[in-house]
Amino acid sequence: MDEVIRGEVWVFGDDISTDLLSPGAYAVDPVEVRKLHVLEALDPNFASSVRPGDLLVVGSNFGCGSSRETAPENLAALGIACVVADSFARIFLRNAVAIGLPVLVCPGARDAIATGEVGEVDLAAGTFRNVDRDTVVVGEPLPDEMREILAAGGILATLRGGVEPGSGVESD
Amino acid sequence: MSMTVAEKILARASGRDAVRAGEFVVADIDLAMIHDIFAVRVFETLLELGIEKLFDPAKVVVVVDHFVPAPTAAIADLHHRIREYVERFGVGTFYDAGEGISHQLLPERGHIRPGMLVIGTDSHTTTYGALGAAAAGVGTSDMVFALATGRLWFRVPETIRYELVGELGPWVAWKDVILAIAGEIGTDGAQYRALEFGGPGAATAPVSGRLTLANMAVELGAKFGIFPADETTWAYLGAPPGEAPVPDADATYTAVHHLDLGTLGPQVALPHDVDRVVPAAGAGDLPIDQAFLGSCTNGRLDDLEAAAAVLRGRHVAPGVRFLVAPASRKVMEEALASGVLATLVEAGATVLPPGCGPCFGGHGGLLGPGERGISASNRNFPGRMGSTEAEIVLASPATVAASAVAGRVVDPREVVDG
Repeated sequence: MDEVIRGEVWVFGDDISTDLLSPGAYAVDPVEVRKLHVLEALDPNFASSVRPGDLLVVGSNFGCGSSRETAPENLAALGIACVVADSFARIFLRNAVAIGLPVLVCPGARDAIATGEVGEVDLAAGTFRNVDRDTVVVGEPLPDEMREILAAGGILATLRGGVEPGSGVESD
Repeated sequence: MSMTVAEKILARASGRDAVRAGEFVVADIDLAMIHDIFAVRVFETLLELGIEKLFDPAKVVVVVDHFVPAPTAAIADLHHRIREYVERFGVGTFYDAGEGISHQLLPERGHIRPGMLVIGTDSHTTTYGALGAAAAGVGTSDMVFALATGRLWFRVPETIRYELVGELGPWVAWKDVILAIAGEIGTDGAQYRALEFGGPGAATAPVSGRLTLANMAVELGAKFGIFPADETTWAYLGAPPGEAPVPDADATYTAVHHLDLGTLGPQVALPHDVDRVVPAAGAGDLPIDQAFLGSCTNGRLDDLEAAAAVLRGRHVAPGVRFLVAPASRKVMEEALASGVLATLVEAGATVLPPGCGPCFGGHGGLLGPGERGISASNRNFPGRMGSTEAEIVLASPATVAASAVAGRVVDPREVVDG
């Protein structure tokens, strides 16, 4: 996984819930169906317009609500390369890391860019750059334990690889 | 080293003498709960990884609660496959459709003990903190990892302490307490943190009320919501007081809030945020189309009784759909035996099976575009209970019942005293 990710940005606000990211009515539908309904209540054209490699830059408490892993999974299926937020709801953050979807906590990023502009995330440095305006917002890199899981491609990849997340040691 | 309850449980579960907030630990899981939305996905992922055995089947509970009864043929088939996987993996405990909501069943059937570390594929897993456990929701990948290894990583959370004093007034419920807390600290006020409830006011809370508070701890962003075990806990468990983690007197908290229960009146959370909380009496003129009493937040016997106390001798307003879903079969049986269910039905209630249906927008009692519902459940996000163009007001069971009678959002005291 690249630790520097550049892409066109979509900006959304605060308290985007898992009900908006993965509506309950499609809870047990396949991801090909679920991804078509991502954020449709806020922007009916989002799912059809978003392109692989785009970035989501959002406000606080992103992904609040349910434990449904389908929320980050739907974003990954649409090709979202990274989600940058003022703050994440706990389970969403955990699930994004668990499935290998890069995320960055970077308060202020959302106010420093508009939909359609190009942004660049540096996961190791914890920074977000507005490429068009050449401005940088400094956030917090994820803790090493979580970046290890992301780098492996998700927690199940660590299980396949025999590396226990957080343990720092390889098992046989 | 002095510790909070969350720190003590994570220290014990990770085989350490002490841990501190901010550390990462790999902890042994005492109990894992999986419900019907995710069970097949979890078991299929295990098999894809070549894992045929659970780390300890006795520590795994599977519950069919979200789609009860199966609203479509596809979901009936999903449930059928769950039963096959439960058999194949030798799952320790299986509660099939109709037994109730996971977060009611696990406490009610004695699965939860003080000091346990519990995970569930549901955000409201925090509910089990009512009995002194550290319980958190996780996604399916984390659950698969835990079922394979018996372990999972955790960041030890900072803890916010809520010191409750005083007593609740008439027609004020524990739901009003957690709504007031939401209004105070906001929906990310406890983000990544544990909420620990204590003080003489907390001691007055029955387990049903503690379940409501711990349940909605997640609505404030919390990882755990914990009532350290006390006499009330052990009485509920039907056991003599045993060993259980309690916070050290000089434990470190990121914040300590004080709340006088006696100052609270009935509260409501207005659309579309759980922290848009105002006194029920000040909600304004909000006519309703539906009133829902149920869910893992407020579907217990005490909740049905509180609604029945409002509805006795009264009837819901014309044009209002009043839906009641007891949280479990046992709750329904008790409400039948005590006459509470008859009171609700005579007042105009439609009784739904024990389950999650309308609360998460799944099926059986949803809101259409332009409609407004009042609900004793836990979330009022857009689309949560059906149409994204519907509005949801959250409230206590008494406030839901009174609003069903009035046909608009009201303070229950307006109906019972009026």
